[in-house]
Amino acid sequence: MRAADVTTALVLIAGGALVIWDSLRIGIGWSTDGPKSGFFPFWLAVLLVGASLGIIWRALRQQSGKPFVTREQLRPVLDVLWPATACVLLMHWLGLYLSSALYMGFYMRRFGHYSWLVAVVVSVVFAVSVFLIFEIWFLVPMPKGPVEAWLGY
Amino acid sequence: MGIENLLLGFQVALHPYNLFLAVIGVTLGTIIGVLPGLGGANGVAILLPLTFSMHPTSAIILLTSLYWGALFGGAITSILFNIPGEPWSVATTFDGYPLAREGRGGQALTAAFSSSFVGALFAVILITLFAPLLAEIALKFGPPEFFAIQLLTFSSFIGLGGGNPLKSLVSILLGFIMAAVGLDIVTGQLRMTFGITDLMKGFDFIVAVIGLFGIGEILLSMEEGLAFKGTAARINPRVVWETWRELPRYWRTFVRSCFIGFWMGFKPGGATPASFMSYAFAKRFSKNPERFGKGELEGVVAPETAAHAAGGASLLPMITLGIPGSPTAAVMLGGLIIWGLQPGPMLFKEKPDFVWGLIASMYTGNVIGVAMVLAFVPLFAAILRVPFAILTPLIVAVCAVGAYSVNSRMIDVWYMLIFGVIGYVFKKLDYPLAPLVLALVLGDLAENALRQSLIMSRGSLLILFERPISGAITAVALFFFALPIVTPWWRRFRGVSLPTASPRET
Repeated sequence: MRAADVTTALVLIAGGALVIWDSLRIGIGWSTDGPKSGFFPFWLAVLLVGASLGIIWRALRQQSGKPFVTREQLRPVLDVLWPATACVLLMHWLGLYLSSALYMGFYMRRFGHYSWLVAVVVSVVFAVSVFLIFEIWFLVPMPKGPVEAWLGY
Repeated sequence: MGIENLLLGFQVALHPYNLFLAVIGVTLGTIIGVLPGLGGANGVAILLPLTFSMHPTSAIILLTSLYWGALFGGAITSILFNIPGEPWSVATTFDGYPLAREGRGGQALTAAFSSSFVGALFAVILITLFAPLLAEIALKFGPPEFFAIQLLTFSSFIGLGGGNPLKSLVSILLGFIMAAVGLDIVTGQLRMTFGITDLMKGFDFIVAVIGLFGIGEILLSMEEGLAFKGTAARINPRVVWETWRELPRYWRTFVRSCFIGFWMGFKPGGATPASFMSYAFAKRFSKNPERFGKGELEGVVAPETAAHAAGGASLLPMITLGIPGSPTAAVMLGGLIIWGLQPGPMLFKEKPDFVWGLIASMYTGNVIGVAMVLAFVPLFAAILRVPFAILTPLIVAVCAVGAYSVNSRMIDVWYMLIFGVIGYVFKKLDYPLAPLVLALVLGDLAENALRQSLIMSRGSLLILFERPISGAITAVALFFFALPIVTPWWRRFRGVSLPTASPRET
């Protein structure tokens, strides 16, 4: 826990430093029409760095305690995360409907051990209902790929 | 004014189409409240793009009804499954689940829904009375006053939010910094884009909400390996009637919880601490405190009343000042801006049909809500019997749809994933997420208010103290900011150590 706390705070400090650098570049002072663009982010970032240093200081004075995450805990988290990332990646080519259906089907097959029939039916029903609600009813377009083009959308 | 305005509102809210939307909203909201990972803020965020083409009044009625539904839904999972669907229903599990295990789940649910209804109704009545007054006062506010209110909003997260004040501060700052990314509207300069075109438009807070609360929550519940072992509850008119006959006995708890809820709720982050506080008070004043935690109906009444009074109250600053009291209210505020309305006190003058339709819909939404959950509890509870291997990818996919539809940008779906991971890590490390979202929403407003104040005073921050109203508000804000530093000293001085509650934020 302590290591994770310190790491997160260090990342925040690095981010804060980046913001300070960028704000200094565009100016943090006073121009003819009021404070310059960098004024507000600069002071925010200064405070952010300060608060993060405080967090590190407090974390270092404490006992480390239980680990941030155990291997057994991390597994199901990654099992959600990596197929989801792959799915978002696929969306760029296949569109949202097909890739989210693939994602659902894959997840159900792989981690739920469902039969092909259930997996296919649930994911197709999902994709079709999203299509009907968003695309047809509320006219909110989703990214589409070759399959939708082939179907005429 | 007053009465006739409310009547005008009811004409809007009771329009069949709007009633239909309220029913849809409550239904979806309850489902969302029952599902882990999808809370009120999230549900409103995902549904928001669907309302772009609607009339603003109908849209806000749909979204507030969804909010009420989510509040009701949280109670179902807490009582029947011992899983708080929302942070503010944690306290409901203390006595709700034991009651359900004893086979008195029906009573517990009836008590929970009825108290929610009472709490919300109390808040709505107070909103009806006070919103016009508050808006009237707020009309006189200038930039310093608005900035002072922003300070107060965020100081109460630090001073009253519980948990680590430094981490609350980091969350707030991070939100403000992310809000500043992209084009600076005042000077036309690009900030913190580092030459990346995708960063030019900045971060959309709706995407942040979906990622932080939706994906983050799912990851967290996957890690905890949730297994739903629910108890069945039979709820029929007889159980409802008998519980209702028992409830008036707890009128003191009702009154106390209403006030606690409203008082905590119109300040940000209020619903969760309000529910815990109200539970603690009910136990303290009870004749048989030893029964608490083992299945005491009063232990369900207290937190539910307070949570809903707080949930209602958090809408008060949103409609009068344009400053949301909770992440859900923040998303709705974003909606207002997208529908082309300027949130703030002018709404009462310019769009009375919108404001009063919204207020009236809070009455109708609650009546519809309590009737629907009482009638369809088993159906809603059945949602949690859907296996996790279906629910998880379903929720992730729905979140992706929601994130994309906000701006029709693929990059937002990536942001959603990143925010999901941030939400997961932050939750684990006790960084509160609500202030981050609020800061992200209010960032531009706060910055403009500060800039204009500084221009008025030619660069002196003292302007915040020189005007009476902003001076008073700023003073209170500074007091809250100082609270975490002062309190330990004060305790050492007094020689007592009080246990600090640090519930999760709403």
